[in-house]
Amino acid sequence: MNSIVCIKRVPDSEARIRVAADGRSIDPSGVRFDMNEYDKYAIEEAIQRREAAGDGQVTVITVGGDEARETLRQALAMGADDAVLLRADVSLDGLPIARALADEIRGRPFDLLLFGKQAIDDDGMQVPAMVSELLGLPCATVVVSLQIENGRAIARREIEGGHEVVEFELPGVIAAQKGLNEPRYPSLKGIMAAKKKPLEEKDVALVGGGLELVGLTGPPARPEPQIVGEGAEAVPELVRRLRQEVKVL
Amino acid sequence: MADVIAYAEMRDGTLRPVARETVSVARVLADELGGDVVAVALGGPGSADAARELAGYGADRILTAENEAFANYDPDSAVRAIESIAGDTSPVAIVFPASAQGKDLSARVAGRLDRSLASEVTEFDVEDGSIVVTRPVYAGKAYARLRFRETPALISLRPNVFPVVKKQGAGVAEALDLEPGEVRTRVSGIEGGSRERLDVREADVVVAGGRGMQAPEHWKMLDDLVDALGPQATLGASRAVVDAGWRPHGEQVGQTGKVVSPSLYFAIGISGAIQHLAGMQTAKVIVAVNKDPEAPIFGVANYGIVGDAFEVVPRLTEEIRTLRGAGG
Repeated sequence: MNSIVCIKRVPDSEARIRVAADGRSIDPSGVRFDMNEYDKYAIEEAIQRREAAGDGQVTVITVGGDEARETLRQALAMGADDAVLLRADVSLDGLPIARALADEIRGRPFDLLLFGKQAIDDDGMQVPAMVSELLGLPCATVVVSLQIENGRAIARREIEGGHEVVEFELPGVIAAQKGLNEPRYPSLKGIMAAKKKPLEEKDVALVGGGLELVGLTGPPARPEPQIVGEGAEAVPELVRRLRQEVKVL
Repeated sequence: MADVIAYAEMRDGTLRPVARETVSVARVLADELGGDVVAVALGGPGSADAARELAGYGADRILTAENEAFANYDPDSAVRAIESIAGDTSPVAIVFPASAQGKDLSARVAGRLDRSLASEVTEFDVEDGSIVVTRPVYAGKAYARLRFRETPALISLRPNVFPVVKKQGAGVAEALDLEPGEVRTRVSGIEGGSRERLDVREADVVVAGGRGMQAPEHWKMLDDLVDALGPQATLGASRAVVDAGWRPHGEQVGQTGKVVSPSLYFAIGISGAIQHLAGMQTAKVIVAVNKDPEAPIFGVANYGIVGDAFEVVPRLTEEIRTLRGAGG
């Protein structure tokens, strides 16, 4: 069972995000970066499939700067076999990234191509399905369970109020959602082993893309918070304000 | 022509509420750019008739494909349909809802047409003839303004942000020549579709519970509040209670769950971790109930009550029932 997993280095979900002085990027000072949470489910799934099959290769790929090496090493420490860094300046446009990944993946043999369902920085939720179209492969996004039998995948994907059952023939693309599995933490042995695993690096040009960043801003300010009162006695006043001040009841 | 294609999402042969939002936005764009609104709807038996309603939200052409095979989402056929219509009409924009289906489909269409996509858009303008959109990034901790340099501009709209506007379009109904062809990805069924409650992203009112609820059995209290608030209300949850297994992941609000924009958001016993605040701070009105007056949730709440949820929530339910009983 051979898998390719595409991952991304992103600010931790607890990070405070401030727009940098240039108005086009975020201020990285004090921001802790980590592997995108959903990518961990994708890696775990690939490793479990390889372990269950008893053979196969798990390759991780990322598009990013030199600092993304650390994220690839983390994936290797979890148990991936080899890694590829496609060095480029990443923008908020998913299409050039999807193209770069598709170009790298085309020609590599694999059964499953996995992603996290979205990166928690640009929140695009675009690249997995774009890559599937660029490669002409079936694809299930937001997947919470996956069964594979005789080269056929049955995935459950989260939709409003339930799940869709999605079936396709391998090779295919999966975008992992929380719930798919419990990602392992890298063991000390895994961390040591990761240092010796192959990590290939190459520069790629992210070409095209129809989106131009005009600027980044902080979120709109919330109205001044008001404490209505304490305990159940404050409820009638709350209800009055919800009806009369903001008219939402 | 500067036509705008609107993907009108259906389920069970009826339009989903986001379909009306999508067509309404397409109408505004088409009016600014001087084109027609072309609504596209694929569905099972009865769907073509149901889609005619879109004329009342500004659709000039309503292209439908009615087939038993389209009763469930058929991504391959939907991509082919939009690709073919885009080839015929040279649209300036293709608008999707940022629903589960719309997000999946819009990214596929972007890959197929080799055009960029702006996801979860919350604002749009036309400046010097090009479409400029605003979309939250980092789960709403920042907003990006993006300009489309090419057409068609592919856009998915965050549910519950744009108003549904009644406006008559020409409403010419046409059947698409679309058969379920080569299917790579087959949706063979839907599970748990009883839809007892609205999805947290599509509800107008969200009652979200956190650690302060102390145990899963106490959700009965929040359930009662949701019932009192009516059919547009639903339940949400913090990451802590989802990770503890008290609530399903589908209810999780926050950067690693769902980002919501309801009119009214109740945060009950939720302290307000940064990743949670990121997921709900675009709610129009936020009400927080928490024992700890220092809880960060009070920093974003329009209204706060410092107190025990077990006393405040039943009283709130009672007051709202009285209000509804008195005719709202």
